[in-house]
Amino acid sequence: MIHSLFLINHSGDIFLEKHWKSVISRSVCDYFFEAKEKAAEPENVAPVLQTPHHYLITIYRGKLFFLSVVQTEAPPLFVIEFLHRVADIFQDYFGECSESVIKDNVVTVYELLEEMLDNGFPLATESNVLKEMIRPPTILRSVVNTLTGTWSNVGDTLPTGQLSNIPWRRAGVKYTNNEAYFDVIEEIDAIVDKSGTTVCAEIQGVIEACVRLTGMPDLTLSFMNPRLLDDVSFHPCVRFKRWESERALSFIPPDGNFTLMNYHVSSQNLVALPVYVKQSISFFDSGPCGRLDITVGPKQTMGKTVEALMVTIHMPKAVLSANLTATQGSYTYDLATKVLVWDIGKLNPQKLPNLKGSLSLQAGAPKPEDNPSLNIDLKIQQMAISGLKVSRLEMFGEKYKPFKGVKYLTKAGKFQVRT
Amino acid sequence: MTDSKYFTTTKKGEIFELKAELNSDKKEKKKEAVKKVIASMTVGKDVSALFPDVVNCMQTDNLELKKLVYLYLMNYAKSQPDMAIMAVNTFVKDCEDPNPLIRALAVRTMGCIRVDKITEYLCEPLRKCLKDEDPYVRKTAAVCVAKLHDINAQLVEDQGFLDTLKDLISDSNPMVVANAVAALSEIAESHPNSNLLDLNPQTINKLLTALNECTEWGQIFILDCLANYTPRDDRESQSICERVTPRLSHANSAVVLSAVKVLMKFMEMLPKDLDYYGTLLKKLAPPLVTLLSAEPELQYVALRNINLIVQRRPEILKHEMKVFFVKYNDPIYVKLEKLDIMIRLASQANIAQVLAELKEYATEVDVDFVRKAVRAIGRCAIKVEQSAERCVSTLLDLIQTKVNYVVQEAIVVIKDIFRKYPNKYESVIATLCENLDSLDEPEARAAMIWIVGEYAERIDNADELLESFLEGFHDESTQVQLQLLTAIVKLFLKKPTETQELVQQVLSLATQDSDNPDLRDRGYIYWRLLSTDPVAAKEVVLAEKPLISEETDLIEPTLLEELICHIGTLASVYHKPPSAFVEGSRGVQHKRLPGSAGSVESPDPGAAATETPPAVIPSQGDLLGDLLNLDLTPTTTTGPPPPTTSGMQMGAMDLLSGGLDSLVGLLHQGPPSLSASPSTTTASLYFLFFPSTLLVTSVWVAQDVCGHVSAQVWLPAMKAKGLEISGVFVRRAGVIQMEMTLTNKAMSVMTDFAIQFNRNSFGLAPAGPLQILTPLSPNQSIEPLNNLQVAVKNNIDVFYFSCQYPISMLFVEDGKMERQVFLATWKDIPNDNESQFQIKDCHLNSDAASNKLQSSNIFTIAKRTVEGQDMLYQSMKLTNGIWVLAELRVQAGNPNYTISLKCRAPEVSQCVFQNYEAVLKN
Repeated sequence: MIHSLFLINHSGDIFLEKHWKSVISRSVCDYFFEAKEKAAEPENVAPVLQTPHHYLITIYRGKLFFLSVVQTEAPPLFVIEFLHRVADIFQDYFGECSESVIKDNVVTVYELLEEMLDNGFPLATESNVLKEMIRPPTILRSVVNTLTGTWSNVGDTLPTGQLSNIPWRRAGVKYTNNEAYFDVIEEIDAIVDKSGTTVCAEIQGVIEACVRLTGMPDLTLSFMNPRLLDDVSFHPCVRFKRWESERALSFIPPDGNFTLMNYHVSSQNLVALPVYVKQSISFFDSGPCGRLDITVGPKQTMGKTVEALMVTIHMPKAVLSANLTATQGSYTYDLATKVLVWDIGKLNPQKLPNLKGSLSLQAGAPKPEDNPSLNIDLKIQQMAISGLKVSRLEMFGEKYKPFKGVKYLTKAGKFQVRT
Repeated sequence: MTDSKYFTTTKKGEIFELKAELNSDKKEKKKEAVKKVIASMTVGKDVSALFPDVVNCMQTDNLELKKLVYLYLMNYAKSQPDMAIMAVNTFVKDCEDPNPLIRALAVRTMGCIRVDKITEYLCEPLRKCLKDEDPYVRKTAAVCVAKLHDINAQLVEDQGFLDTLKDLISDSNPMVVANAVAALSEIAESHPNSNLLDLNPQTINKLLTALNECTEWGQIFILDCLANYTPRDDRESQSICERVTPRLSHANSAVVLSAVKVLMKFMEMLPKDLDYYGTLLKKLAPPLVTLLSAEPELQYVALRNINLIVQRRPEILKHEMKVFFVKYNDPIYVKLEKLDIMIRLASQANIAQVLAELKEYATEVDVDFVRKAVRAIGRCAIKVEQSAERCVSTLLDLIQTKVNYVVQEAIVVIKDIFRKYPNKYESVIATLCENLDSLDEPEARAAMIWIVGEYAERIDNADELLESFLEGFHDESTQVQLQLLTAIVKLFLKKPTETQELVQQVLSLATQDSDNPDLRDRGYIYWRLLSTDPVAAKEVVLAEKPLISEETDLIEPTLLEELICHIGTLASVYHKPPSAFVEGSRGVQHKRLPGSAGSVESPDPGAAATETPPAVIPSQGDLLGDLLNLDLTPTTTTGPPPPTTSGMQMGAMDLLSGGLDSLVGLLHQGPPSLSASPSTTTASLYFLFFPSTLLVTSVWVAQDVCGHVSAQVWLPAMKAKGLEISGVFVRRAGVIQMEMTLTNKAMSVMTDFAIQFNRNSFGLAPAGPLQILTPLSPNQSIEPLNNLQVAVKNNIDVFYFSCQYPISMLFVEDGKMERQVFLATWKDIPNDNESQFQIKDCHLNSDAASNKLQSSNIFTIAKRTVEGQDMLYQSMKLTNGIWVLAELRVQAGNPNYTISLKCRAPEVSQCVFQNYEAVLKN
């Protein structure tokens, strides 16, 4: 299974290493550096690399590479999932996952890694369980630590979750305000072609929960239109049998924030796009210039306002500058990265935002061959574009009455318009 | 207050300071010091000098301090084994602690201390912990068995831990079951035939129960273990499938993929007419699609696996084409994989969409991706006949863009389209010819030349076009040279009157001015063929080409079956069987899909195995249907052809007229540069030697190793980064051959092989045109004489080794001296040069000995019998012209021979004697 882990920063320095079996020299990372060198962007380094004696499985998170070394035939997905889990835990413990924060907490990090993996087998990866064993740093604690010098940040009792049938929940949870909030967040992944036809569109949905309930509550969440959900994946707490038979989510929730469910509304169902984009970007054969004209308008918004609308365009290398006028919002053109960003803000259906003007090209450069793609960003509050609606949340097993709430949000995921 | 303070640079006195702090009386100071030590350790600083001081902190009630010390111990115990013993007592004590957390921690840490001496003390605590009342301790102990096994396998077996571990599979706690399975699986990997995981319906049932209740990681272990089980019948298979399907909705993608593996495997056993079979197929699609919305790294692994699944069961994802459409900000590795799958899913129903997408991709920025997209258009044309015309016109559009690499790529694929649909799209040739000048890549040039040669009769100025290529003949790559040679011969056969000069020019370029054996050999063949029998030449060169198959890059069915059993593993990412890259010789069992019980249509694995893999478009583009792309046995003639020896001519004719079919098989085996793919591929090289002057030679690549002469390992894999070379010297048909077996035991492909010998006594040199390497270190004396220092190079490194060749290799066939000359020479050589040896325990009579020696080119010139003693006078000649004369005395009834050797170069005598001994005793 997982043999060693190296944390590597953006510039290629190994700043932490951890070995769960015998020690592997960090020179093994040279193969990775070689691949990194070859790939132009750090995102483009292949996640699985073969070296004469090991496999290197890498993820790229928060400008850091998590590189694990595997010596036997281990499932790569298993390793990648685990690495993402490590990054999640760091995020959870320290608020962010960056080199400086890891260096600031190196001993905690080391203790965490030791607790997460034993002989390469995952041991405790639930943040609830880990937090009972290794307490996350807080300002208060570090003050107390320095003052008294007695506080330990390692728990000395066996975490209850480790062995129960519900490892995700700790025992003895107590709150004065009992609350359960659910966020239904949907991201639209779409490709729209030149003529405005949707090439493909799908929705990645997720239900994020924030549950702070005393004791051992047993929740049931049901939907108005569960038929929409034919492709789902659940947090381990969800009882699959109940879902199969009743199409309702029945579960004993973890304590705190967690992802209850992911779902995917595929391209076979018709996905309505909230906005349309009329665009033309053209470069002239004669003279070093081109024209750009973009209009965005609402399409299927169910009466809700489209907010935080933004259009990002990666221009061809030859584009030197842009001289444009926006009827709404502002635009910036970054010369170094050749990225044009038009920040529109709220979409007003009465007066459609338009960006128009000329682009100037490097003198003597040939007409660009590739057409830039438009990337659309947007947000719609209080609407799930798939139409999914929660009908109710029931609680069993505890007597008190919790606060309940559901929020909906639609966002653009990878929403691209080709030109 | 952060830990970053521990990262301050190493000052000289730091270790001393830490030492003082570690020995401080204040608890807190101690802990701080240990933390500093750990921090230094994590960044790779060497703090092993503090070992005794840190271990002293171990006996403490403070759990955090204890954990920190344990962390330190695990890292450094190996380098300080004697000191590590100091820790044993505390471990043993901790294993009996009332707190299960401490018990578990102690047993866990002990297992990580990879010191033999400690393992002995570990056995008793481990035995107790395996039976601990607390499941947390039991599950930790289960993993510890695997750790111990890695350090000392024998100990684990002797102590009976394996049986205890097997018992844990029936434990009441699912987490313990999962860990026991994980530990057993890991141990089983190093003992492929140990049958550790003896799965029967009862254990399977227990595993399935535990599956529902254990952690996500435990589920992966259990699912992977389940996948190794073969159900007895389709009903059992179905019930397992039913219990595994809920895992498809797990949030952890590794669980999902492991579940997919189990289902894909057990599905084979279900009758296809069963309703459940259809339901299952439908259930498999959504989770696979969901995997594609995860992080790019996960997507990559998922896509590699989907590639396999789609080949095995295309029906699962046939409606999901759109999810594989490429987004422009996908990482390149995801883009390329998606493209692959799009082509696999392309069918008449969706081809319009696919083509539109591919055309879009062909205008993107990333060169690799664009190239692959263009290639994909060609593959669509070949796969979906109805779309061929659209594909061709799309390709022509792309050629019009004049983007250099797009044009080149398009021409390469159009060549394939021509082969698939002969006489359909040749009208586009004119457009292609316009772009002739812009082609600068060998593959595209070769493809274009092929097209010109193939359709020479339709291209008016074909001779001019080809002639223009001929000008820079020697600067072209081999691929282009070979293609050009063939194309001109084709042209000549089609238009013999105008192109005679051209063909002669190319033939002489290929045969006289080139030092590439492939090119030369092909040139010779054409030359002979054309000069002896132009009709036959026409039949051979312009023969009907076999059609290329529809599906390209398909994985061979048996391999595919094996890979399906390995879904989710590294094997599935690399599309290679695990045996091809799992370290060392730890045998890996080849997994097979179970046969279906009820269904008739299930593919017979036996039949699949014997079927030849479908012919695919050769990736190097150098096969091109030209039947003569092969190496002939070396000709010993020098200078320009045509050869006059009728024997040679006959040989060539025979090969071409009778054995053509069998020769075609060789097409796949003779790339000019040798590239051995990982591990199982073994290539035998036959290097042919000639003394001093190098003559024609060939490099052969064959799959089987020459078995008749036992080979010696010359270069063990350990010393050469995975490359093992073994070999033997033989002399065949008057030629010295060094037969080498190169075995790639590393995990990656080795290429760019080259060989060179150091200067040696008899001037042996490889006859092949091989790259020149840096010379071997010169300080070695060449001792013994027949020692050969060899350098072999591949893409990884240069490896040096030395081997001894039997001197008999060097004995030439015309080594029989005239009697008179022998006598004169014998007398002429000073007596100082005579050496005498004894050959003991040889039971041959003189005639038998003489015959035996003759076979290794030691010739008996005369025989005399004096007083019941046979005197044999013998001579032999070395390749470099040294004569060795011998007098062999054989006495009837006496197994000891006496041999006197005389030679002008007395240094060789010892070798020659050894050879005598070897030959006579063999």
